[in-house]
Amino acid sequence: MLISLFGAIESGMIYAIMALGVYLSFRILDFPDLTVDGSFVTGAAVAAVSIVNGVPPAVASVLAAVAGFMAGCLTGILHTKGKINALLAGIIMMTALYSINLRIMGQPTLSMLNETTLFQQLESLWATTGIDTFFNGALTAMGADQTPSTWVIIAIMILVTLSIKLLTDYYLKTEIGLALRATGNNKKMIRSLSANTDFLIISGIGISNAFVAFSGGLIAQHGGFADVNMGIGMIIIGLASVIIGESIFGVKTIARATLAVIGGAIIYRIFVTMALRADFLETGDMKLITATLVVIALIAPKMVQARNEKKRRMKKKTELLQQKASEV
Amino acid sequence: MLWLQDVSITFNENTPDEKRALQAINLELPKGEFVTVIGSNGAGKSTLMNVISGSLEPDVGSIVVNDREVASLPEYKRSHFIGRVFQDPMAGTAPSMTIEENLAMAYARNKKRKLKPGVTKNRRQMFKEYLATLNLGLENRLKAKVGLLSGGERQALSLLMATFTEPDILLLDEHTAALDPSRAELIINITRDVVDKSGLTTLMVTHNMQQALDLGDRLFMMDKGEIILDVEQEEKQKLTIENLMQEFQKKRGSDFESDRAILG
Repeated sequence: MLISLFGAIESGMIYAIMALGVYLSFRILDFPDLTVDGSFVTGAAVAAVSIVNGVPPAVASVLAAVAGFMAGCLTGILHTKGKINALLAGIIMMTALYSINLRIMGQPTLSMLNETTLFQQLESLWATTGIDTFFNGALTAMGADQTPSTWVIIAIMILVTLSIKLLTDYYLKTEIGLALRATGNNKKMIRSLSANTDFLIISGIGISNAFVAFSGGLIAQHGGFADVNMGIGMIIIGLASVIIGESIFGVKTIARATLAVIGGAIIYRIFVTMALRADFLETGDMKLITATLVVIALIAPKMVQARNEKKRRMKKKTELLQQKASEV
Repeated sequence: MLWLQDVSITFNENTPDEKRALQAINLELPKGEFVTVIGSNGAGKSTLMNVISGSLEPDVGSIVVNDREVASLPEYKRSHFIGRVFQDPMAGTAPSMTIEENLAMAYARNKKRKLKPGVTKNRRQMFKEYLATLNLGLENRLKAKVGLLSGGERQALSLLMATFTEPDILLLDEHTAALDPSRAELIINITRDVVDKSGLTTLMVTHNMQQALDLGDRLFMMDKGEIILDVEQEEKQKLTIENLMQEFQKKRGSDFESDRAILG
């Protein structure tokens, strides 16, 4: 249990970067971008091929992000210059990327089992510090019978994901970032304030998919392989993370919302891990679980709100009745 | 300053719905002139605004602002030097962003947007001072989402956002039409103050004839895509609503459609 929970947090931190990308397109730009299913794999494919061909893993991860950026920009160009509906533009890119991803990898699955990935590199560096022994000792002292093999992934992912979050927060408050947010909020207005909305949409969707592909590249290195089908349903996972996070942690400010998205990604992973431990559920049920989670996350807050509202009215009603009764 | 020559635009050409929205418009506005534009629905007032702002491209004709031909410039480039307030209070602001963020976006209008913070301490102070001139108490609500403001407050904010960078041309497109009379008056007063103070070259469309007579130095009356009346300075001051109606009848041989162009 502890080990699988640990694993869920680990991969949750990696998927959080993808969720931040989805947040940028869906929430900030109000652009339902389905490119994600394709660009996630593009990131994984580019990272895997680069590493297999001897590129240093860190560089390979950056290359993954660059590839995702280009894919996103193409979706943006289709939408703004080609005047194609946002959903359709994303579906077109997603379809095209499937073939492109196959071409990049040259085969449907590419294994990196014999290669050194970013995490393995860091792990060997980390092992010399003795931090693992310390944490695991603490865990054992608390009564855990099993301990995680390494803490390096969590540590490095907290660093990476939080840096990306902070950069995003900063970016969205710059002059360009404000114009980007306004593009998703009121295009007419920001155009009348001399902002090039086409450029903002293209670059915004580009950055969003750079995040997604970067996350894909890291997931491939984490799992040790890239598969052409690993992106199926990724957009729903991203959305689930965004929606779950928002409904649990709130969205008062940008910084809060991005933190909520990261939290949502981790909680989603924990949910899935726990669901899969149930005897009657199989791995193939994952998508159904995800869909159910999204529906619950969408409906539950409204139901709670409606109930509170009803309670409030009932209270007012009884107060009024009591008041009248006392007057009589 | 603003110069239009032979500007024409036709919608749905060669179909039964053909509409000649602007027919060879010629006009010249010197710097600092404040023109009010009246006319019934479909007279081409809003089309004129859209052609100047760049959200519509004319079929033919040239538009010159400050000796620069702008007819083929896209809207976002023209808005470096053209400020605009829309009729719909929702249209001129970003509702899910704060007052200070909205102002920061307007502040960046005539500059190149960069990767540095949009709201800084200095700017916040400056925004406060600008907001205080509106006397609506908005200077104390810098961090409030604009979506929470009333229609009148949003329109006042839009007006401030359109003007405080002192654009070469200010376009006001029936910017009080969606407000109740007292709010409309407030916005009109702010408009008068701002335009007077900064001497902006202004084109204001209105349905309210009294407003058109009270404000500005010059008045255009439009009908069927043409400017049929152009009254300046002293002559305009003597005008009354009755004069305007008669003038229209004389020019067009039909009654002015007064159901929408409300008296007073």
